[in-house]
Formats: sequence, C-alpha cells, structure tokens
Amino acid sequence: MSTAVHTHVLGEAYKRKEDARFIRGQGKYVDDVQLPGMLYGAIVRSPSAHALIKHIDSSQALQVPGVVTVITGKDLEAAGLNWMPTLPGDTEIVLAVERVLYQMQEVALVVATSRYAAADGVAAVEVDYDPLPVVVDPRKALDPDAPLLRPDKKDKQPTNQIYHWEVGDRAATDAAFADSAVNGVVVKQDIYIPRIHPAPIETCGCIADYHAATGKLTVWLTSQAPHVHRTIFAWVTGLPEHRIRVISPDVGGGFGNKVPLYPGYLCAIAASLKTGKPVKWIEDRSENLSSTSFARDYHIHAEIAADKAGNVQALRVHTLADHGAFHTAAQPRQFPAGLFHICTGSYDFKHALVEVDAVHTNKAPGGVAYRCSFRVTEASFLIERLMDTLARDLGKDPAELRLENFIKPEAFPYRSALNWTYDSGNYEAALKLAMKKIDYAGLRREQAEKRTRGELMGIGISSFTEIVGAGPGKHFDIVGIQMFDSCEIRVHPTGKALARIGVQQQGHSHETTFAQIIAAELGLSPDDVDIEHGDTDTAPYGLGTYGSRSTPVAGAATAMAARKVRDKARKIAAYLLEVGEEDLEWEPGRFFVKGAPDKGKTIQELAFAAYTNCPPYLEPGLEAVNYYDPPNLTYPFGSYICVVDLDRGTGEVHIRRFMAVDDCGTVINPMIVEGQVHGGLTQGLAPAMYEELSYDEDGNIRGGNFQDYLMPTAMEAPRWETDRTVTPSPHHPIGAKGVAESPTVGSPQAIVNAVVDALAHVGIRHIDMPITPEKVWNILNEKGLTSD
Amino acid sequence: MSKHHIRVTINGTLYEDDVDARMLLVHWIRDSLHLTGTHIGCDTTSCGACTILVDGKATKSCTMFAVRADGRQIQTVEGLEQQGKLHPIQDGFHQEHGLHCGYCTPGMMMTAVALLRRNPNPTEQEIREGISGNLCRCTGYVNIVKAIQYAAEKMRASEQVPAGSGEGGE
Repeated sequence: MSTAVHTHVLGEAYKRKEDARFIRGQGKYVDDVQLPGMLYGAIVRSPSAHALIKHIDSSQALQVPGVVTVITGKDLEAAGLNWMPTLPGDTEIVLAVERVLYQMQEVALVVATSRYAAADGVAAVEVDYDPLPVVVDPRKALDPDAPLLRPDKKDKQPTNQIYHWEVGDRAATDAAFADSAVNGVVVKQDIYIPRIHPAPIETCGCIADYHAATGKLTVWLTSQAPHVHRTIFAWVTGLPEHRIRVISPDVGGGFGNKVPLYPGYLCAIAASLKTGKPVKWIEDRSENLSSTSFARDYHIHAEIAADKAGNVQALRVHTLADHGAFHTAAQPRQFPAGLFHICTGSYDFKHALVEVDAVHTNKAPGGVAYRCSFRVTEASFLIERLMDTLARDLGKDPAELRLENFIKPEAFPYRSALNWTYDSGNYEAALKLAMKKIDYAGLRREQAEKRTRGELMGIGISSFTEIVGAGPGKHFDIVGIQMFDSCEIRVHPTGKALARIGVQQQGHSHETTFAQIIAAELGLSPDDVDIEHGDTDTAPYGLGTYGSRSTPVAGAATAMAARKVRDKARKIAAYLLEVGEEDLEWEPGRFFVKGAPDKGKTIQELAFAAYTNCPPYLEPGLEAVNYYDPPNLTYPFGSYICVVDLDRGTGEVHIRRFMAVDDCGTVINPMIVEGQVHGGLTQGLAPAMYEELSYDEDGNIRGGNFQDYLMPTAMEAPRWETDRTVTPSPHHPIGAKGVAESPTVGSPQAIVNAVVDALAHVGIRHIDMPITPEKVWNILNEKGLTSD
Repeated sequence: MSKHHIRVTINGTLYEDDVDARMLLVHWIRDSLHLTGTHIGCDTTSCGACTILVDGKATKSCTMFAVRADGRQIQTVEGLEQQGKLHPIQDGFHQEHGLHCGYCTPGMMMTAVALLRRNPNPTEQEIREGISGNLCRCTGYVNIVKAIQYAAEKMRASEQVPAGSGEGGE
C-alpha cells in the first residue's frame, strides 16, 4: 500500500486533470449528446422591438416535412408553463402572447425530426405584428409620454421604473461635498458602461427528456447552477423535484451567461412533456448575443469630494440602469444593484451615497454578472476612473494619489462607508510591485520626453478591490435559496477518493484544484482524488459557479469536508495504535504517536481500516459532506498598469505593455491562476476597446453576430504580464479568495486611464468604452493632433 | 431535397453516405458520424471552433456543404492521437495550459497543425496571425501561443509530422 506523503500540494502547478478528454475531442458538451428518437426545437423570434401580436399561423409550418408540432404561448398558458421566475422576483413570459417587447424575443417553438426541418418550420410560421412605439434610450423610459412597456404588472409598477434604490448616508455625504466645494476639490464625471455580452464560444442549449412511464424529467443543460435550475424547473412544471435530474456536462464557457433561466429551456421541457420524446434546443450565435442575458449597461454620474491635499472624503454616485424588457438582473434579493456599492474601492472614504434607478426598455432582458460578482465591474470602473480625474485636477501623479488614499494594511478588517467588511488587503504592496515591474518612473520620463516630440503615449493604473464568494446565506440568495455551497468526499478502502461538489466548472479547472485541496488536507496525491460535478442526482446541493464563489465557498466546503474525513481517520488511528486521540500528531498523509514517529498509520491504512477493522463505536466507512455558509465575502485585489501608444494617423490604440499584479490570497495552483488572469484580462480588453451591443432607434440590435460583435483574437490581445502578492483571507479555511474575475473587473479602467492619460494634456478627461480608433481619431482631429 | 452520395476519408477511414444537398459538413461529421470533437460556435465562419483539415488545409466546416467533401481527405481532432501517442500539439496544449473550457481547443489545434505544416518555425507574431481566425474566450491566447511554440519545437526536433494517416498534401 502506498505510503507516499504529499506535503506541497497547495501552490503546485499541477497539470490539469480535465485536459485528457478535451485535447482528444472527447469532451461531452450538451450538443454532443444524442438520444434515441430525439427531436429538435427551433424558435420563432420577433423581428420587431415592440409590437402587438395579432395572429400566429402555424398551419404552413405543420405541412413542412419533419415538423412534429408548433407550440405557441397560448399552448403553454393552457399547460400552465408560460412563465418563469427571474432571479430578482419579476416574472418573465416564456413565449410572447399579446405583445413582443424586444427584437429576437421568443414567439413560438417548432419541433421537428431534424435541425433542418425545424429551421424550415420556423421559416413557415407566419406572425402578424402591429408595431408599437419603441423605447430604446433608458433616459427617455420615464418620460410622461413613454409607452408603458409592462402593462402586465402595472398594478405593482405603474411606470417603466423598476426600482429606485439607495444606500449610504445622504446628509453626511452632502455635507462633505459642500465642505469640499469651498475648502477642497470636487470632481465629477459621466460614464457610460456599455451593454456587452459574455459570449462563451459554446452557446446556450439543452435536451429535455421526459419519460411518462417513470415520471422522470432529465434535462441536459448548459448550466452554471444546475441545482438551482432543477428547483426552478420543479416550481414551474409542478413536477416533483426528486424526479427532475439536471445534468450540466462539459460546458464551453459560461462567464455568467449560463446562470439565468431562458425561455428556450422551458420550451424544450414543454415540448418533451407534450411529445414524450427527448427534445434538443441549441441556440445559434445570433440568438445567444441577441436574446440571452447581456451585462453592464449602466449610465453613471459619479463625484468625489476631497480635501485640498487630495485626501478623499466622500463619494456620490447616481446610476441609471437599463434592464431591458424584463427584470432579470442577476443579483441577490437584498441588493437590487448587486454589490455595486463596493464602489468606494480601495480607498478610505469617510462617507458615500449610491443611488440606482432601473428602468425597462425595448431591449433584451438581463444584467447578468459577466465574469464579475454582481456589478463589481461597474463599481470598480467608476472609482478608478474618478481617482485619475482627481489626480489630474490636483496636479498629482495618479499612483501617488492612490498610495496616499489606500486603506492601510493595518486597517483590516476594514468597514467601508457603505458597510462592507473587507477581510484583508495590502494595496500598497500590490501597486508598488506593479510599478517596480514595469518601471513606472522610467515610463513617466519616457512619456514626458515623447510629448515634447508630439508622440502620444499613456500610462493607466487600476488598483481595484473585488468582493466575491457570496453568501453569507443570511444576506445572499438566488430565488430565495441561501448562497452556501457543498462538497461530499468518499474515501474508498484502497485509499483513493471521489469528491462531488455543488459548483460546476466551465473552464475553471475544478477537477484539478479541488483535488489539490483534498490532497493537501488528507496527504493524498491529487492523482488519487477525482472530482465530479454538474449532475444533480449525485452532487450535493450547491448554488453554482458565478461571482467567483467556487473557491471561496465550495473550496471552503471541500477543505472542511476533508477535515471531517481526517477527524474520523484520527479516531480510527487512535483505536489501531491504542492511544488517545490527543496523543496523535498529523503530518500530511499520516497520523503518528507524539514522541514516537515510527508508530503511525497512513491515511491509506486508515481508509482500509475504516472498511475492514473499524472501531466498534464508530460507523464504518470514510465519507463526509460539508455545506459551507461563508461568514463573510472575500476581497481579492490587485494593481494593473497599462502602457499605450496612440497612432496619430489612424487613432489606433496599441497596448505596448500590461502588467497585472493580483492578490487572490492563498494560491492553489499558480499555473491555473495565471491562466485565469490571462483570460480575464482579455475579457477586460474586449469592452474597453472592441465589444458593444448597441441598438438603433427602432430597437434593432447591432452586434448580434461575431462579424459585428468584435471579440478579440490573438492579434488584438497583448502578451499579458503577471505577478502576484499573497494576502490570505483570514476567514477562509485555506486562505483563498478566488481569482478568475479580478482581471475582468480590474483591467478595462487601466486601459481607458492609459488612453485618457495620453490625451490629458489637451484637456481630455474621459472617453467612453469601447475606445475605437474612430473615437480616438475624432479627438485627435478636433485637437489638431492627427498626422499622416 | 436532392440526396447526393458522398465518399469521404476521415482520419483514415472511408465513410459513404447519402446526404441532403444542404447538409453542412460539420453537421454530417457531428450528427451522422458522431465525431463530436469538432464544435460549432457561431455558424458564420467567425469563431473557428469547427475547424478541420480538408486535404491538409484548415477549413471551417460550418460553412462547407458535406457534398463538397466528396472524394476528399479530412482530418479531425479525433485523428491527432496515433497508436496511443499524443500529437505534439495536443501535448503542447496540455503542458502549456493552452485550454480552459476546451470548447475552442479542437479547432484551435487543427488550425495550429496546418500552420506548423506551412511554417515549422513560426514567430510569435506569425502564430498570432495564423490563429486569428479562431476565437478563444477563456485563455487570452498567451498560453495557446506557447502551446504552439512547444509543438513546433517538438516537431522540429523529431523532424516528423505525425499528423495521422489519411491526409493529402496541400
């Protein structure tokens, strides 16, 4: 029996266990699954952004060879299936009945024997629409003459305003601003954070497979939260939850896109219930970009009050949030704007006030947390933009201003003006490391010298603080379910372990990193620990993977479950070695008698004994489960510095260097952390310079395919540079904070700050994303800076 | 819908079928032949998840009709590994952490194989340009570039192109 002891499992760059299937093309994604007798669904969608539905004629479609049935909203209504709960408590219709509220809204489902027949059927469904006035600009949604977009809930909500929410001390904040207006400095900025889309390369889809004989519904689903989806399916269909099985197999990227419930899923379920056959529905790219949850779309006005020396005093923010046709924003119910009020960021503000007004428009619904913990991206962007503006007005270097205003390392745990308790941080150390690695002083000298020659170079800093890993369950929920997470570990008689976790991976590498956590706790090799996830029939209930909560919450559950296993192993060791438990000492992989290191039992021997020679006073076996409700969130942070050169002929922005220093607490696998940072940075570059889902005045979406929605390729993405500091979370069992969203949250403002910095000397204070060559060239042209 | 008889060699195996004229190659490969390693990400020739080699050339199979593959030699991701030995590009993606969710990976690897056949010693810029028809949302490309460099070095060192049987020249 192996007695290998593994002492350095955490922090090792183990190669990924999941790679073996993916590099062979043997991953199993939802669309790879084919079931006997399977039918295919395709959706008839609205061409109009706002219209009454006069008539739906399916008769021609039913004549199309291969078409089995056409399902409309009225059919679903009759079956009680034409509604879905949204995360914040709205109700979303599955198939439009009276009216359509946005272009590409779902109107009918065609079910056929092949993909092609289903598409033919969609083309043959005739729908008559009567156009209505369209609300595209959220600033006009509250005009008195604006059409009411949601008459279905006019009793509860008589206008297009979904909510007004505010947090903070208004009187103290206003007083601080009044004081700074006289005795200090106030900076203000309007910022639009455009509507973008997570756009994983695999679109959303499912196969619903209902067996009438057993009453069992199996749903293969592109899901980041399979247990929550199961519960919602039970609520909506009325089927008993123990007869619903959600399988989220390999998932080709999620980034928040695969957290919500979409009408296509319910359509496939309804079709399987009706036909008794498995029904597959896979959306195409245009459907993905145009109808599933967008992100951001915040119109922000932000102000900082500071004293003359530049010490920040107060932050005041008002935001208009465009939520589209339904209130489907991803957020816990206690926090209508999610964690947006983390916007005091890394700085020691005394007072703050944040107000958010959310409105309906004739656009696709959403407001998903795209690689971000519930609006922390918007929050971080505004504060890092404003700090640069403040530095400019004070004539200070933006790094210097940040260093002066950071929350000090000794101030943690730190209670923010908006009532968050930051667990740990050392912001100075991260910024100073980034400055050293990129030679900040040298870059500033180069910039000054270049400016004399008329060359445009900019340096942008972002010193962000994140807030991730929701719960605690008393404050955070998804459709009312508290945000805990879970792990179940089974150690087999031969000393190998199988663990199942409540979160699900879509590129996160859980099968490797969670094996490392268990291996470290039990002294096993990660090769001897397999991780399973995504099947609700086998995995313990969990809230899923989003908001960087896998490592902070399910990772904690995994460590705690492993410790339960180890505690039982200690009892077995005491029995076998005939000593008291208190006489035993643990080294990774082995208990031994204090003072007699030769007298011991390995974890493998103890696992064997648990099944073969268990103490009579213990239950046999060596298994444990843990449901972990975190006592607090975790607060990863970092400092990024971006260097850009502007092309005066074309307006193009060239990112010369980008240095990212992250602090995610304890690092489980540095290779995977670095890989996640690379990917997240590229998803920050994307909105900063390329991606936007905009709409024309008629509500036609622009950006509904990959020719118009410009996802960065290898030609646009720079060669990212990374480093890290390590400030463990004091409340997480292994000190880990989560990492994968930090770079997406922290990087756009570094890029924008750099471009604005390159143009600050001609009076430019802000440029809204995406910073396209056209926008830059227009500025250059206006300022007389263009060259041939 | 007219049916057409096609004979296509994929990864060294001859497949014969009667397909609709409008059947896309990627659907035939995935749904009829059950070679599901080739993926679909955009339907519009933008993302490259469906990239395969047709007569040795990297080709986006979502925008090619199956009938056009008649008589041709095709290689998919399933044909990279030979006699239990990974192709250097597969090894490179594993060693250099060139994949996260794995969805773009098969198409990315097939594009890289074609690139390295054209240019066994590409610069970083040539690699970036060579894979610019393939989108990856997860990795930020840094480690994909490294993975291709790893494979290039391995392949130059062994002076062979173990790219599987059944393929033609370019």
